[in-house]
Amino acid sequence: MPDVSDFILKLQRRRIEGSHATARQTAELLRSVVSQTRMPYTNQAAALLDAVRAVGEQLIAANPVELAVGNIVRRVLHIIREEDLSSSAVSFEGLMISEKSDDEDDADHKGGPVLSAAAVAAAARSTLRPRSLQTLLEDGPLPAAPSKSSSAGDSEGKSKSDKSAVGKRLKHSVIEAINLLIEEIDDCYEDISEQAVEHIHQNEVILTLGRSKTVKEFLYAAKQKNRSFRVFVAEGAPRYQGHVLAKELIQKGLETTVITDSAIFAMISRVNMVIVGAHAIMANGGVIAPVGMNMLALAAQRHAVPFVVVAGSHKLCPLYPHNPEVLLNELKSPSDLIDFGEFSDCMDFGAHGGAPLMHVVNPTFDYVPPNLVSLFITDTGGHNAAHMYKLIADYYSADDLVIKRKSTSSN
Amino acid sequence: MAQKKGGKSAASDDPEELARTPLQAVLLADTFNLKFRPITLERPKVLLPLVNTPMIDYTLAWLESVGVEEVFLFCCAHAEQVKEYIGNSHWGQSHAGFSITTIESNFSMSAGDALRFIEGKNVIRGDFILITGDTISNMSLTEALQAHKDRRKKDPDTVMTMFVKRSKPMPLTHQTRLGNDEIMMAIDPETKQLLYYEDRFDCSKRAVTLDKSLLADNASLYLRTDLEDCCIDICSPEVLTIFLDNFDYQHLRRHFVKGLLHDDIMGKKIYTHEIDSSYTARVDNYRSYDTISKDIIQRWSFPLVPDVLYAGNRAQMRLQREGIYKAPDVTLSPSVRIGAFTAIGSGTIIGENSSVSNSVIGELCTIGRNVSIDGCYIWDSVTIEDGCRLSHSIVCDGVHLHTGATLEPGVILSFKVEVGQNITVPAYSKVSLLPQPSKQDSDEELEYADTNSGIIDSPSIASISPANIEHDHVSSFDTEQSVLLEGGLSGVGYIWTSCETGNEEEWRYSVAPIPVEKLKEFYAKMFDEDESSSDGEQTGITHSGELISESKSTDFDDSDGEYKGDVSKFEKEVEETFERALGGVAEENVQLEINSLRMSFNVTHAECAGAVFQSVIKSAIIASNSSKSNLLKATIDAIERSKGLLSYFITNVDEEIEVILKFEEMCMEITREFAPIFSSVLHQLYDKEVITEDAILKWESEKADADESDKVFVKQSEAFLKVFSHLNFSTGVSVLQRLYGAMTSLKLL
Repeated sequence: MPDVSDFILKLQRRRIEGSHATARQTAELLRSVVSQTRMPYTNQAAALLDAVRAVGEQLIAANPVELAVGNIVRRVLHIIREEDLSSSAVSFEGLMISEKSDDEDDADHKGGPVLSAAAVAAAARSTLRPRSLQTLLEDGPLPAAPSKSSSAGDSEGKSKSDKSAVGKRLKHSVIEAINLLIEEIDDCYEDISEQAVEHIHQNEVILTLGRSKTVKEFLYAAKQKNRSFRVFVAEGAPRYQGHVLAKELIQKGLETTVITDSAIFAMISRVNMVIVGAHAIMANGGVIAPVGMNMLALAAQRHAVPFVVVAGSHKLCPLYPHNPEVLLNELKSPSDLIDFGEFSDCMDFGAHGGAPLMHVVNPTFDYVPPNLVSLFITDTGGHNAAHMYKLIADYYSADDLVIKRKSTSSN
Repeated sequence: MAQKKGGKSAASDDPEELARTPLQAVLLADTFNLKFRPITLERPKVLLPLVNTPMIDYTLAWLESVGVEEVFLFCCAHAEQVKEYIGNSHWGQSHAGFSITTIESNFSMSAGDALRFIEGKNVIRGDFILITGDTISNMSLTEALQAHKDRRKKDPDTVMTMFVKRSKPMPLTHQTRLGNDEIMMAIDPETKQLLYYEDRFDCSKRAVTLDKSLLADNASLYLRTDLEDCCIDICSPEVLTIFLDNFDYQHLRRHFVKGLLHDDIMGKKIYTHEIDSSYTARVDNYRSYDTISKDIIQRWSFPLVPDVLYAGNRAQMRLQREGIYKAPDVTLSPSVRIGAFTAIGSGTIIGENSSVSNSVIGELCTIGRNVSIDGCYIWDSVTIEDGCRLSHSIVCDGVHLHTGATLEPGVILSFKVEVGQNITVPAYSKVSLLPQPSKQDSDEELEYADTNSGIIDSPSIASISPANIEHDHVSSFDTEQSVLLEGGLSGVGYIWTSCETGNEEEWRYSVAPIPVEKLKEFYAKMFDEDESSSDGEQTGITHSGELISESKSTDFDDSDGEYKGDVSKFEKEVEETFERALGGVAEENVQLEINSLRMSFNVTHAECAGAVFQSVIKSAIIASNSSKSNLLKATIDAIERSKGLLSYFITNVDEEIEVILKFEEMCMEITREFAPIFSSVLHQLYDKEVITEDAILKWESEKADADESDKVFVKQSEAFLKVFSHLNFSTGVSVLQRLYGAMTSLKLL
């Protein structure tokens, strides 16, 4: 598929930046992969899973540092499993479940596709994941949700009459669920910033580092609710995205102070709360974030300032970090730090016995261990670092943690 | 991606139409020179691996990333290999909006021929990028392309935009970090128009000849030597016609650019675009191969770095701490030491106690035990047996080094060469399975693919070698014939005598760092100039020529040079102060002033004493009006007059010795008129109690094992010194009287 190889090339050449854009494009690509997959008569879910896994494996290999790709691939795999369960439930149990499955089409967007997908698979949920407090709570209101009998009747008739129709239905519902996933990725800013007023209070001083769109929307929302507060922006060397953020905040009428990264420790005692964005949140509650974040988190801990991480659910990664400073990091070009022309005489390898004397290291990410994070705010609400693994378990199937083309599909 | 494809007939001159044509690029997959011989006899240069990825992959990846839609790949030497590679790689598969068309010509001898050939094909419809297949870059084109188009709209005579990058050449060798010569460019600061280009700039003359009209026509121009030519150009289609019209243009820079700049009639203009943060460099010779490899490993070319850009079939290298790139399936013994900035390709095995540093090792290599590899580029499938030592060498595919072989810095081993047991390959030698062509070819010679299509089997080499012995310096180890003579030592290959550049220049373009002796030599040269200029300053005889080198010496940013300059400056200051003292300033004030000078220049007491003494002597020269007979008298007067000052600054033996040495130095170099009366002045100094006998004796013993030429003055004062040594043995009034007698006789001398 040409668009797959195109996207892989873009990922490889680092031409897509930011988890949001990557997540959205990955989801769109996988949607087209699902829609183009030819469905066999039997074991259709397995065929879909294999197709997505095959593409997903390449995508993840193309840029292993961009964890959002893997997250979305696993989310889609999870969606396929759940839809399969629910549709097989339909064919065996009949009308009642199929009504529920159609529910999902009309499900409230704010609730997100995961909840609706979870609702679809309600009957077989216990086989997929352990019962958590959240799933128990979701179970309650679902049967009471309104259903449209006409569409339910339609699908029921189809599913019973023709096997290939079931296949189409599975594909169709998977695509619908992926659409919801894309919507959820787009809406995550709104969902997160709705919670802003609960966290930002009058006359507080907020410190952030670099530029995160989630943080920006979060602060905008608080401002819109007429909270008056001040923002300190650490500039975020070497890319200085903090400068951009400061400009944007000032346009919205927020009182903003730009500080250097090295002044963080000096300023932190005046700060009420640190709010930062993240590149990815690992299953242990550790955070992969732009470089400098670990220093900020340590400073916040030292002065007992709450350290809050805001991130959309597409940044939740089901993997546990191993040696994240090296393996989940990317070293960019030294030209961000120093001017090549100015230092070219220091890099003349002819002069000093051939060994380079000057080394420049420009890492993109920092790893912030979970114990330094006070609170995570995702589109489903606030969470403690220790509970992240449970939240993450709701989004992914345990079978999909390792994505290998050869692995036989369970179920 | 740039603009969408327009109609194919959009070759009209209307700029709007031009904007709609797809961005095209001409990629010359041949460099038309012999700098990479003997390797390029067997494989085209663009396919040589640079940190385990063929060079052309970097170029194509860049073209693809800047939105070029059509690439015309011009192949000449080894065209089959290039085509085969492109066909098998992922470039061969169709990409949306990126197509590669190969153009093959077997009779093109130069870049000029290639462009004429492409013009004949009639494929270029608009502005195009001209690049060679050995250029690494990560810059963005949008800005420069837009600027080029805007200029074209305003002035249709604009034919080319050249990319340049700031990079300082080495002050000692006047060589860029890529091993090229310094380039001198004159650029209009306003319009960035290129006015003058000289790539063989003669730095030794320190002068540049510009056409008078250049200065008359341009309000201001920058002369710059700190720019590096990136060898990437945006060209208008006219470039091809210019090449067609001037059939003698061969070289892109030497003929085309210089030709256009000198040609007033056509009035074609070339502009420059300086890139700042991005990286661009061209692999032109072995030194730039080394430099660029290291830049890539240090990630200047990001995202074109080994852990991102890889198109091979094997496992990709991953970056670890300290700039070590390692494929996941590398087998290392636990005792292997891997130094920083090293890349090790997939499937390579390294045995116990070996050490690797600053090197690139390719795929499927087998490296034995106790091997040390430093600064080497080892390509694929190389076998290195136990105990080999390799430093700063290039080792091509399939080379076999037997136990205990040693490669000295700068060695190039071409494909499948074998080096026998305990053989040392001397520095800068190039070894190949193919014999060196007997006829030395000119610069613009083509590497004929057909003459060396296959790799000749080793037995046939054995049969060839006797015939070629006159041409090829076949060393005792490198042919199979010699195998029998040496008794079991196997080794296959010819040693090439250095071509073109000659042995002298070998170090310049070598993969090995510049040898320390060479640097010292250059440094000494530099230092000499420095010295002479500061001496010229002291005597006050400054010729205009020396003035230039003097300003040069202050510019020279070596710390040692600066220090030296400081001392001479200090001496000058002291001299001035002293002159004022002669004008009647109180002695205490002079002492105070000189003391503060000493502190502000941070020189030692001894140096200060030397400077004061020098001033005294110089005042004597002035007083004597340069007549020899008066000189001694004037000197005695001067010493007498400033005795107080001298004794204030000369307090211990070390300072006294410094004064004698200084005096000796002056007599040898700047104030030669003192040479004949050296011993008399020395005596006078002793007489006036400026210098004690201890100092004089120490000076003599210091000079005892100096060169003959240094001993001139010791010999001159022999009689005087004899008295002292005598004095050491006998004491008493009579001796002292004899001493005085001796001294008076000396004085008469």
